[in-house]
Amino acid sequence: MEAMKETVEESLREMRETFASGRTRSVKWRKTQLGAIIEMVKDNEDKMCDVLFQDLGKHSTEAFRDELGFVIRSATTALNCLDKWVVPKKTSLPLLFYPAKGKVISEPYGTVLVLSSWNFPISLSLDPLIGAISAGNTVLLKSSELSPNASAFLAKIIPSYLDNKAIKVIEGGPDVATILLKQQWDKIFFTGSPRIGKIILAAAAEHLTPVTLELGGKCPTIVDHHSVSKDMKSVVKRISGGKWGSCSGQACIAVDYILVEQSFASSLVDMLKPVIKTFFGDNPKESGCLSRIVSKKHFERLSRLLNDPGVKASIVYGGSMDEEKLYIEPTILLDPPLHSEIMNEEIFGPILPIITLRDIQESIGFIKSKPKPLAIYAFTNDENLKTRILSETSSGSVTFNDVMIQYMCDALPFGGVGESGIGRYHGKYSFECFSHDKAIMEGSLAMDLEARYPPWNNFKLNFIRLAFREDYFKLVLLMLGLIKK
Amino acid sequence: MTKVFEAADATNLMTELRRSFDSGVTRGTEWRVSQLKKLLIICDNHEPEIVAALHHDLAKPELESSVYEVALLRNSINLALKQLKVWMAPDKAKTSLTTFPASAEIVSEPLGIVLVISAWNYPFLLSIDPVIGAISAGNAVVLKPSELAPASSSLLAKLMEQYLDPSAVRVVEGAVTETTLLLEQKWDKIFYTGSSKIGRIIMTAAAKHLTPVVLELGGKSPVVVDSNTNLKVTAKRIIAGKWGCNNGQACISPDYILTTKDYAPKLIDAMKHELETFYGKNAMESKDMSRIVNSNHFDRLSKMLEEKEVSDKIVCGGQKDRENLKIAPTILLDVPLDSLMMSEEIFGPLLPILTVKDLEDSFDVIRSRPKPLAAYLFTQNEKLKERFAMTISAGGIVVNDIAVHLALPTLPFGGVGESGMGSYHGKFSFDAFSHKKAVLYKSFMGDSAIRYAPYSRGKLRLLKALVNTNILEVFKVLLGLS
Repeated sequence: MEAMKETVEESLREMRETFASGRTRSVKWRKTQLGAIIEMVKDNEDKMCDVLFQDLGKHSTEAFRDELGFVIRSATTALNCLDKWVVPKKTSLPLLFYPAKGKVISEPYGTVLVLSSWNFPISLSLDPLIGAISAGNTVLLKSSELSPNASAFLAKIIPSYLDNKAIKVIEGGPDVATILLKQQWDKIFFTGSPRIGKIILAAAAEHLTPVTLELGGKCPTIVDHHSVSKDMKSVVKRISGGKWGSCSGQACIAVDYILVEQSFASSLVDMLKPVIKTFFGDNPKESGCLSRIVSKKHFERLSRLLNDPGVKASIVYGGSMDEEKLYIEPTILLDPPLHSEIMNEEIFGPILPIITLRDIQESIGFIKSKPKPLAIYAFTNDENLKTRILSETSSGSVTFNDVMIQYMCDALPFGGVGESGIGRYHGKYSFECFSHDKAIMEGSLAMDLEARYPPWNNFKLNFIRLAFREDYFKLVLLMLGLIKK
Repeated sequence: MTKVFEAADATNLMTELRRSFDSGVTRGTEWRVSQLKKLLIICDNHEPEIVAALHHDLAKPELESSVYEVALLRNSINLALKQLKVWMAPDKAKTSLTTFPASAEIVSEPLGIVLVISAWNYPFLLSIDPVIGAISAGNAVVLKPSELAPASSSLLAKLMEQYLDPSAVRVVEGAVTETTLLLEQKWDKIFYTGSSKIGRIIMTAAAKHLTPVVLELGGKSPVVVDSNTNLKVTAKRIIAGKWGCNNGQACISPDYILTTKDYAPKLIDAMKHELETFYGKNAMESKDMSRIVNSNHFDRLSKMLEEKEVSDKIVCGGQKDRENLKIAPTILLDVPLDSLMMSEEIFGPLLPILTVKDLEDSFDVIRSRPKPLAAYLFTQNEKLKERFAMTISAGGIVVNDIAVHLALPTLPFGGVGESGMGSYHGKFSFDAFSHKKAVLYKSFMGDSAIRYAPYSRGKLRLLKALVNTNILEVFKVLLGLS
């Protein structure tokens, strides 16, 4: 580990030197790097799909949809919009300050650290990188050790496409993360669990480093069957896609559980079953379309959640597991005990609890009693319920009548609140996430008002008071000696 | 203090505020407006008491109190009242082809219960200004004013209790013990103004509950003076920004000056001359300057001034009066870079001038140090202005003036690096206390099969074509031609 510490320090020194040289500030450099990211992904599509299959059993279509394609689009957006993003924002100033000028310029923080996650090891590494580069920072990426093939691949491929004096990759687990967190960074961007998020934030406090934490949480899905009954086929497809279709539920914005009225629960289960069959066939294990559980540790965690007697008794579909293949069947639970572990921690796997309520309006109270989730999904056309969800609950985002798709909308900020995180990114927000908004004001030396300076007297006090109120009429009267206090 | 604030009080406070926030009362526009109007009444009806409290705590001149605390607040409240509806309105967001058909918006929602910890140097402004943001955004808020400005603290507690809704806006007075108790609670946001040392403690405490923080810290804000400037105006503005703003006890106060060897004597002469015009022959007697806040700070400043190789660098001032907590406006020339005075934020009436051979060498001096809250430049050279703005990192930059950016609600105010994180003022205050919730409204139409398993080569090709927006390829795949 001593050698690792030296490597980290050496990398950091080099990145700081590069940043100080000013190279990464030029728009040309940023565009070259963004272009290189696109090229890198396009040149290596097959290899990237391979490593994602090795680490997670991810199908290449899923891999392209959620990771490769997403990164290409994100980098393309940044490339196309960069000229617009870097333009200083002019601001208006009160007349009194005339002829002063004000503007806000986005400047890079400096040298930033990105800690990514194993569930989308390519996109959750490269997408923050795109933001950091767009904003003109030098950046060190630590990929997750839990997706070792993707991590090794990124460590190998990134230096051959990107400016390796400014953009570096370090592989490793918690011990490497600890070494990294001891160093001083100008910004830290982390994707992962709230537990580690707290450690990151505390470590960042040491150096007053601003932090973006992309965490998770239990994302509820409200199904108001009254108002969406004619579209129920789409509803169950979208829910199934959002639970099992993206890394087998191992996604921070995956559907965690469903809230539905008691009377409709069994119909919902009956409608979900055939969708699972259509998606993954009679034997999902062999379908090749369902990702596997990332590691033995996570498999054990999920099987422990499922083996709780109360939970086990609530299984209405699936439940089979294969430890050797790290496979868990798409599983539906009906009303597992609310105090069970599965209803109190993020599931992050292919298990879908359905919680029944007498009235769907109760879903508001249910969600409010839990930590703020990263996303709330609600299938409803009831405007009143929509308004209540929006104004009474709090979450990173709310999506009506679909799931997960908000992630693809780069006009929307993506990020959590409370337990689900701090800060946001995607599209222009990624650029802002890695920029400091520097306020710049330029005064004029030609205009100088005597009233600004001591010794103080009543005239000056009145003058300034009126100036603050922007009461220019009275101000003129005062200066002409027409009003006195 | 009459009653002691204990752990049970802290938890009770949180329970009560949580209940109010959960009831939704603070979210309503009417509540926000009514509370802001109450704050306005405090400013309008109690200015003499505020001026008196500030005089008691800091001997702050009436004009400074009246302008930099009360008038600034009044403007800030009026702006919030005028703009609240606009700020609260959701922002429409464009949706893309991938999510079509859909509409999207960004909704500003209150974070919940927030804590504002303020400072002693501008006890009213730095307390109420963040509270304006917190209330505008619809939060319940607890204010902890600084115990180092006791008269201001108790007046704040009295007035806020008298005027504001006690179920959602509270003041807790106290020092370290009370602050520690407060920091143990789970807040939805903490807004702190003060030193970077305490800033670290605040952020560490916040980490336990994943609470976001705004830290308004300070730092050594440099002033670069080019010979190509209007000397008289420059000298006057530096003096007004240094001694005319709470006698240097301000976070955006000029901390040190950088100028060329040749120009330094001229600048010093001009400043000496203007100092006399401002504060008379004996500045220690002037009523137009605040005093040092307390004996601890007086001793800290004395220590800086008495250090070896510093005390003999005084070119103006240097007189001290511990009993009355007064230090004369003091200018020093070329103090050692490793002296205490050049290592810590001065936060007082001492102003060292460092000379450089070439003015642009001053950029390196600034860049070799932690990022300051403000960086100032006086020049008429356009190229120099541009280079300064581009290469110097600081919370904010002001060219040809000092500290005035603080009064501009259209500019975000806040630091970077050692000088803090997050920003406020005007709409930025509202944003600092809001969560920007992304909302996507989707329809049930246009449910493309490529989203779902079972996957196939065709779906993959279609996806690739979509990503590359290759419309021809999309049609080919859809029509089965490829």
